[in-house]
Amino acid sequence: MTSDTLSRLEAQVRDLETTARETGQNLDAALTPLKAEVERLRAERSANLSRWDRVQLARTPGRPTALDYVERLCTDFTELHGDRAYGDDPALIGGPARWQGTPVMLLLQQKGRDTKSKIKRRFGSANPEGYRKAVRLMDLADRFGLPVVSLIDTQGAYPGIEAEERGQGWAIAESIRRMVRLKVPAVCAVIGEGGSGGALAIGVGNRVLIQENAWYSVISPEGAASIIWKDASKAPEAAEALRLTAEDLFDLGIVEEVIPEPPGGAHLDPDAAARALGEAVSRSLAELSGMDGETLRAQRARRFRAMGAFTEV
Amino acid sequence: MALDRFFRRRRPQPQSGAELPDLWTQCPQCKAGLYNRDLEANRFVCPKCSHHFRLDAGQRLAALLDEGSFEQQSGRVHPTDPLSFQDTEPYLERLARAQKKTGRPDAILTGTGTIEGMPVTVAVMDFAFNGGSMGSVVGEEIARAAEHAARTSTPLVLVAASGGARMQESALSLMQMAKTTVALEGLVARGLPYVSILTDPTTGGVTASFATIADVIIAEPGALIGFAGPRVIQQTIRQHLPEGFQRAEFLLEHGMVDDVVDRREHRAYLARLLGVLTQREVSA
Repeated sequence: MTSDTLSRLEAQVRDLETTARETGQNLDAALTPLKAEVERLRAERSANLSRWDRVQLARTPGRPTALDYVERLCTDFTELHGDRAYGDDPALIGGPARWQGTPVMLLLQQKGRDTKSKIKRRFGSANPEGYRKAVRLMDLADRFGLPVVSLIDTQGAYPGIEAEERGQGWAIAESIRRMVRLKVPAVCAVIGEGGSGGALAIGVGNRVLIQENAWYSVISPEGAASIIWKDASKAPEAAEALRLTAEDLFDLGIVEEVIPEPPGGAHLDPDAAARALGEAVSRSLAELSGMDGETLRAQRARRFRAMGAFTEV
Repeated sequence: MALDRFFRRRRPQPQSGAELPDLWTQCPQCKAGLYNRDLEANRFVCPKCSHHFRLDAGQRLAALLDEGSFEQQSGRVHPTDPLSFQDTEPYLERLARAQKKTGRPDAILTGTGTIEGMPVTVAVMDFAFNGGSMGSVVGEEIARAAEHAARTSTPLVLVAASGGARMQESALSLMQMAKTTVALEGLVARGLPYVSILTDPTTGGVTASFATIADVIIAEPGALIGFAGPRVIQQTIRQHLPEGFQRAEFLLEHGMVDDVVDRREHRAYLARLLGVLTQREVSA
């Protein structure tokens, strides 16, 4: 019901804006309260979203991709290609840049923005070359003292014949280990989907942040559903069971911070989403900037060594 | 033969479900009828076709360590249900069933022992416990085993047998991949060898973390080893998978493991390898 009212109001706002643009009339008097009501309804709906709704939002067409954020937040980005062994992976990219002015090394899972680039980038699912490139870029980050900023957005590492032939598991494990060893700050943000080991491969940060409508889990809801119920259409139930939302992860102590999104989701206002992401990452970078390499490594090691839930008898 | 004596004196735990009073087992590969006693004496390798049967953790230790040398360390850490996970049954019930079946709190057995007289720390995954899946307890015990090895300056030998990270602890299971990696760094810092033995099956988050960052990685013949499971790959690419895909021999061919070693040779292989890596004096 709420969503019906909301879409009706959204349509009215769009119509009024079009009229205002086309006729040059000032319709702010009508528009302002309508927009406020739209914002209020979006916020209300966000508060009542199910876990599966969040997963849907994380996958909404038009949700900003890693490069959408980089374009808004970074300058001087130089993409560096290739793993120096086999190839270049378009699903996991990176290179040096300035993050709101601060020199960093970027590691980005990039899904693609149109059909063609989505296919080229395998919807953000990297092959081993991607993780081996990440290792290479982390080597450079350490060498030049650049903090690592990673933006995580993948359903998981690519499950293909060639990926297995070239050691997908090995490549992810090496990337995890390389990140454990970093002597520079590492700030990771899950900006959409955080699927399994393919996400963790660039997720071993001193700080791990997650956007409000992103998810992070050991397995995708569809994957879990097909294992549990032999039926991928039970993904909504699996999403509930997996506790994979930003709030869940914060409660489990797996992320330090949930980054707010504009009401209704990042896709409705990419600029506002970018501002919040930029601010959160920059703040983490500033907090870590005074620490020496050994302290940073040790803090990261302690952070992950402490994870898990068990009892001791 | 020494092996015969070993196995006669200590009958391994029968595998659950297979607690047959029967005297023989059919080899799933060559279909030969095998006397259980012969199979046990041969470390559960088919004497006819060398098919490697799956072992539980206890059987594995018996095959790996010098007789009577094992001292258990794991067992005090028990799983909980941090997510109140419920699928076709509640997680706690699933755990209770696996605990009853295996006699272990979780899918891991760790401790110390010797291999041809050389002290080692061992961590053995137990596929019989919920598919050897890695949750918080498996991660914690492997981390502790790695730390123990570093503290006592002993090599670490790990035997992987796992479907991967455990779904029922979701992101907490995922984090065990990083946690185990962190703990293994202590061995690197102290120049201690870490050998990983990949057995049937080793997939998912285990292949993508501690099992594949060992100094030396060996695999058992015919073992299924990979990141994504064959079914997932087939569903994604909708093609037939090549013959032998993701088997130990396939991985050797692609440069992912140091060797494929018959289970009956593991002890001798490890003794030789670790002896040189640790520059152990050879007794005359």
